[in-house]
Amino acid sequence: MHRVEARADRIADPWGERTPYGPGGEWPERVDVQLAEELTEGEVDSWHRSASVLHSNGDALDIAVKDGRIVGVRGRADDRVNHGRLGPKDLFGWQANNSPDRLTRPLVRRDGELAEASWDDAMDAVVRRSKELLEQKGANALAFYTSGQLFLEEYYTLALIARAGIGTNHLDGNTRLCTATAAEALKETFGCDGQPGSYTDIDHADTIVHYGHNVAETQAVLWQRVLDRRGGPYPPTLICVDPRRTPVAEEADIHLAPLPGTNLALMNALIQELIANGWIDRDYVERHTVGFAELAKQVASCRTEWAASICDVPAAEIRAAAEAIGTSERLFSTVLQGFYQSHQATVSAVQVNNVHLLRGMLGRPGCGLLQMNGQPTAQNTRETGANGDLPGFRNWANESHVEELARIWNVDPLEIPHYADPTHAMQIFRYCEQGSIGFVWISCTNPAVSLPQLGRIRDVLARDGLFVVVQDIFLTETAELADVVLPAATWGEKEGTFTNADRTVHLSEKAVDPPGEARADLDIFLDYAGRMGFTDRDREPLVKWTDARSAFAAWQECSRGRPCDYSEISYDELRNGGRQWGGERLYGDGRFWSHPDVCESYGKDLMTGAALEPVEYRSLNPDGKAILKAGAHVPPHESPSDDYPLCVITGRTIWHFHTRTKTRRAPELHAAAPDVWAELSQEDAERLGVADGDMVAVESPRGRVEAEARIGSSRSGVVFVPFHFGYWDSGGVDQRPRAANELTRTEWDPASKQPLYKVGACRVRKLS
Amino acid sequence: MNIDLAIERTAEAERELADELLQVGERHSTEHDVFDLTRSRAQQAQANLERLAAAAARYGTEIDREPSAAGGVVAAVREKAAELLGRRPEAGLLLLADLEQLHLRASRASLAWVALAQAAQAAKDAELLSMVSDCHPETLRTLRWTTQKVKDSAPQALAAG
Repeated sequence: MHRVEARADRIADPWGERTPYGPGGEWPERVDVQLAEELTEGEVDSWHRSASVLHSNGDALDIAVKDGRIVGVRGRADDRVNHGRLGPKDLFGWQANNSPDRLTRPLVRRDGELAEASWDDAMDAVVRRSKELLEQKGANALAFYTSGQLFLEEYYTLALIARAGIGTNHLDGNTRLCTATAAEALKETFGCDGQPGSYTDIDHADTIVHYGHNVAETQAVLWQRVLDRRGGPYPPTLICVDPRRTPVAEEADIHLAPLPGTNLALMNALIQELIANGWIDRDYVERHTVGFAELAKQVASCRTEWAASICDVPAAEIRAAAEAIGTSERLFSTVLQGFYQSHQATVSAVQVNNVHLLRGMLGRPGCGLLQMNGQPTAQNTRETGANGDLPGFRNWANESHVEELARIWNVDPLEIPHYADPTHAMQIFRYCEQGSIGFVWISCTNPAVSLPQLGRIRDVLARDGLFVVVQDIFLTETAELADVVLPAATWGEKEGTFTNADRTVHLSEKAVDPPGEARADLDIFLDYAGRMGFTDRDREPLVKWTDARSAFAAWQECSRGRPCDYSEISYDELRNGGRQWGGERLYGDGRFWSHPDVCESYGKDLMTGAALEPVEYRSLNPDGKAILKAGAHVPPHESPSDDYPLCVITGRTIWHFHTRTKTRRAPELHAAAPDVWAELSQEDAERLGVADGDMVAVESPRGRVEAEARIGSSRSGVVFVPFHFGYWDSGGVDQRPRAANELTRTEWDPASKQPLYKVGACRVRKLS
Repeated sequence: MNIDLAIERTAEAERELADELLQVGERHSTEHDVFDLTRSRAQQAQANLERLAAAAARYGTEIDREPSAAGGVVAAVREKAAELLGRRPEAGLLLLADLEQLHLRASRASLAWVALAQAAQAAKDAELLSMVSDCHPETLRTLRWTTQKVKDSAPQALAAG
């Protein structure tokens, strides 16, 4: 085993030392350890099994505890996901748990100020307002906005409380911002959510394509796996689609940098090349798919030169990428926010599914596809129905699915709202703005920094008549606007499970007690259910579990027989390491969860989001094949203009997670990226007279950000601003606006409803 | 043969649909998806009009391609009114009423396409038929979107509050 020095500088070298390997080989182990100053592994009192919660990769680790405090982490060599490795955020991020400014007591707003209160007082206030609104205005006056960072057991409990307890249609997660398009693209193509591929596909692939996925920074350990294949014998060809010169683009053999808003034009041209050159598996397409004729018709006119002019990418590079993809034998693709948060998001992500179907490359070693997730537990919001789906990938438009769920919950089917798609996050905030929602409970997320067009969101959250409950571990920008703040426990302080982007489930043990009076999110939800007196159809308590383990047992029953079946995955087994639901790869037999009686969704028109009727779906896809869906490129709703001549896109950096509430409190991560910046291309910088390190104002029709300029890594015409930075540690928006979402436009994909952070116009000027 | 009349009638219906789409978008500019989608659909209706104009020329007639109500001072006033009204619960009811109007316009246009398709087949005009089969699905798409939006909006507008 290869063991790396505990104090190796993983800020200077975030991906660590290479351990090269060849195709079909086992990825060598490399155990990464980080402990508090001066401490050795032998001095640690106890180790507690968990996995990383600062990205979606699901790297297994042990939490080190000494004297009742978390003192470090060590990667687990025996886990299938990371073979011992950890990313820099995992190595340093645990320090946030011990931060002295953790919330330790509930807060209730009195005379305009948040003041400490008892749990009874705080929960009484929440329950009183809930009951008033239920009585006066009905269930849809209440909304719940949750996270991609809680545990499965918590989401499932919240889904039951919101859907069958309150009976509201307004429950969504901030996963809407990161993973909604992944879920929708999978539903559109395969009839059901569920990642087809596996991380082990990297071990076998001869060609790897990252579409809008800066994997080096978003999943640092997955990138190490790619780099180790690249450093070994017979390395895979690497293709990167990204408007920025990211570390992935630097490493890639082919880098396509399309203008923001043109992904679909590029994808249609790639597919046109595949079809025109005969690089498709006609037998597979015939046996396992429907819709080929329409797809072929749609892309027929999408010549490569046409796409080259729209995307501003050389035609020769598009052809080279098409040839590499078209002649590969083991093709592995990943997709992330560069597609999900951009114009025509779902229909573009669906084209990557189409590439794999056309090439018949699914479910075999090296032939895989991951529509990636952004957040660590995003997969679980989708599975449990806390994100705008029904639990267990059930289809809300299929009466028999709703009836089955109603039986499991022992409620009348009418109690579970299923008259329309569950309300998505952006619409929830729109109803708050309108005033028809009077209560919103926000758990473990920070919309005052993370939603588009922050000026508007701050107004909405501060609106008279909107009762805001915030459940979090720190006093975030959102918590400062709340009426009640509930102090929560976090990772390492509570038990539960979560699932990563390749369906690997991990158990996270309780290592230490939460600080002060902070309580596990699950306990807070259970307390609320008890105080509200929610009952089932026999007048028994609706929520029949009392802790994480019994919640998991209930979820096992709810998921039994569904694609995301947890019934064979037990807590005890998870103590031996992460385990995937559905097996290593899905769809190896060319059979999908898309039969009309089984599918999670009947699909939508990808241009408008209008749902297909059940009978239409049944006639389109009676035998449960995969569905090839097509769409035409149309220009974005906001393009550069004379006033705003550049595009602005937002995104992540390797050093921070989400709105930095944890990573800002890890000194090494904070030092690595202490403040916002704006990346410009060399050409744009020269034209604007801006030098590296100059302060610039980035302005859009919505607002402005003042940031330090970094020159060179963006393509011309594009400005990149990282989205992590808010105001709790900066003196506020009035002193210096620095949240990227001051600039972004309120717009979402018609099918997935994911906000589009990567389309929008801006201008840049140098500040004196 | 009255195919020129069928083309004119379809064009009139598409033009009215485009107008209505733009007006509804302006009236509901605080409903961000409505604002964006109505504009996209109006552009598509405009594209249909271009195709109809080409067909009209073959049949020796001419059609008016310009939507009448878009842009300018009137639009600005509508958008301002939408901003003021957009923060009140009644905005949901007004949206439902406007979606109904839009649905009827799209329906009328769709029916005009059906008639035109029948005429094209009877006249054995393959070029015209091909144009109809390209364009009519876009009108149906608008029609279906109005239905979807009513389904999604009605519960909150009618049963919350």
